[in-house]
Amino acid sequence: MALIEVRNVSKLYHLGGEEIRALDDVSLDIDAGEFIAIIGPSGSGKSTLMHLLGCLDSPSKGTLRLDGTMIEKATAHQLSRIRNQKIGFVFQFFNLLPKLTVQQNVELPMIYSGLSGRERRERSLAALKLVGLENRAGHRPMQISGGQQQRVAIARALVNNPKIIFADEPTGNLDSNTGDAILELFRQLSREGRTIALVTHDPEIAAVTPRRIEIRDGKIAREVDARLAGLDRSSRAPQTAAAASPVQP
Amino acid sequence: MNLLNAVIVGFKEIWAHKFRSVLTMLGIILGVASLVGMSALVKGMENGMKEALVAIGGLEKVRLDENDIPAYQRNLADQAVGCTMNDVYALQKSAPMIKMVTPEMRLRDVTITRGAKFFTPYVFVGTWPNALEMNQHIVEHGRMFNEIDDELARNVCIIGTDTRDALWGSPDDLGYELNPVGQRVSIKHQPFTIIGMFQHYESERERKVRELAKLKPAPVHTNSPTRSKGWGKKGSSYVYTLKNSTVYIPLNTMWVKFRSTAGSNNIPDARLSALSVKVRDVEKLEQSIQQAHNVLMHTHKGIEDFAFQTQEDWADNINRAIKNYRISGGIIAVISLLVGGIGIMNIMLASITERIREIGIRKAIGATFTDIFVQILVESVVIAIMGGAAGLLTSMGLVHLLAYLSPTDNTPQITLNALAIAFAFSVGVGILAGLIPAFKAARLHPIQALRYE
Repeated sequence: MALIEVRNVSKLYHLGGEEIRALDDVSLDIDAGEFIAIIGPSGSGKSTLMHLLGCLDSPSKGTLRLDGTMIEKATAHQLSRIRNQKIGFVFQFFNLLPKLTVQQNVELPMIYSGLSGRERRERSLAALKLVGLENRAGHRPMQISGGQQQRVAIARALVNNPKIIFADEPTGNLDSNTGDAILELFRQLSREGRTIALVTHDPEIAAVTPRRIEIRDGKIAREVDARLAGLDRSSRAPQTAAAASPVQP
Repeated sequence: MNLLNAVIVGFKEIWAHKFRSVLTMLGIILGVASLVGMSALVKGMENGMKEALVAIGGLEKVRLDENDIPAYQRNLADQAVGCTMNDVYALQKSAPMIKMVTPEMRLRDVTITRGAKFFTPYVFVGTWPNALEMNQHIVEHGRMFNEIDDELARNVCIIGTDTRDALWGSPDDLGYELNPVGQRVSIKHQPFTIIGMFQHYESERERKVRELAKLKPAPVHTNSPTRSKGWGKKGSSYVYTLKNSTVYIPLNTMWVKFRSTAGSNNIPDARLSALSVKVRDVEKLEQSIQQAHNVLMHTHKGIEDFAFQTQEDWADNINRAIKNYRISGGIIAVISLLVGGIGIMNIMLASITERIREIGIRKAIGATFTDIFVQILVESVVIAIMGGAAGLLTSMGLVHLLAYLSPTDNTPQITLNALAIAFAFSVGVGILAGLIPAFKAARLHPIQALRYE
């Protein structure tokens, strides 16, 4: 069974009496350990797809299964718990809370999962070490650079050991050098066995992932899987990598 | 997210907007302070009124007066005996719920003279030594007459300060406190020795006015003619005036020297003017009066020519007045607290609008409806609690200010109850004010909140 199973999912919006199909009958599987890119121009529905996959929203039609849970039937409370336990988000604008320190930002998901203060501190430090920012723990987000902020956001996404990490244009707000470093970090995380879904409009960025799904007008226009073509030597079987987790307490 | 975390987050949020938070709290501070100040004022008034009630003997004192015979017994009017010493002895023997009985024989329009000066006391009564306790008198100089003085019908009297002031001069006139014990006066042309004097009774208000007057320089003499300015000043403390203008002599002295020849047509009149009784237990006032009534119906041969007079009406009046003050003051204070609460709600609504994005982030990483709801509610309650606590401190200052502004009134008194109620009210207002903003924040959709600019 795949980690995420999407079956005939549609998402409709009503704007002034007009029906807009943001997603139209999309089906797709994501296995554990995969590194996948969802690409498409703006307005194509890729963000809507990410919101559905990330349990921020529920589909209008179709079924969506994440790690065996039926998302379309879940209540808002259950969706919150799933986002907290199984999903990590990295956003284009970092979305760190400016009033909290770097470490407090990383601790935030663990506060909502009810971990003790000591465990929160240990795990947040471990996550910051993983992204190379353990010496910035006491800084405020405004006192560090954009690339560092995005690393903090990645540490926050990692800290609860989620099943999958969604990154929405993670390099969109960074210069190309820092952007490359962030992408390299994602690649490294992928090598360590994390499941990562990268959402972007830029084919160059999407090129770092072995598997790419192209969305156009709410439909899957094209799907490229380098592994199937035998071109990507670095990809490993998902099962072997899934267990490795650097932030495991 | 547990409550402690929510409280910490709430404090941080308040600390981040210090000025705004203080302004918001100000509403609650003023509300709490006005609630406590109002109740302290009312408590002060209540104390003053209760003091006066105690001064006339308290609720447990019941007076027994002669009364018109009821219509159906009019034919028995000739046989009515009135209040006599028989009643006193009967009550002492047969009414265990009555603690104390004091007979009173009163003489009207008695003039006490000393040389050219004279004085007519309001109350000139022959009574037993226990009248001291019955009417809550306190002897300042000398002594109360005792049973032997009574037995021997000695010409002795104990006076209130008004008699002294009229015959010798008040401390204000003389510049020193004159002790009249041992002086001789003439009462209805009979020589009497003053053996004691009561203390000067006055309400808290009168005492303060007097002390304040001492501090001020002497009044400047104007050319306007001296005049009496009416009774308005004394009206408020009628009880104390009455007590100061009291002269007691032994009951037997009254009987032997005055009453035996003072009846109509010079026939001796053995009747008492009144008798006062003190009940053992105020809670059982009704039963005690009933018992006394039953005993008296025997001594009065079944003719109901007497009536009881209690201070219940007085106590009821006090309670009613206090209740009215409390309700009207309470409504105003509660309204000001509610206004403070509206201020909190307003600020919380503005605050969540500012923080929609933050709420979106928190929701995206797993905050549930309850998490956000509790966070906002706790913030509102923290503001209210801090405001409430500051309000309690402010109210102490306010009460001092009130006492300073009107130094002659009863001292306002802060009660623990008032503090607790005001604080509980402020917390309740904080919860109420937080509910709507908390609900609005918690209901936000994560995607829309994240997109909000």
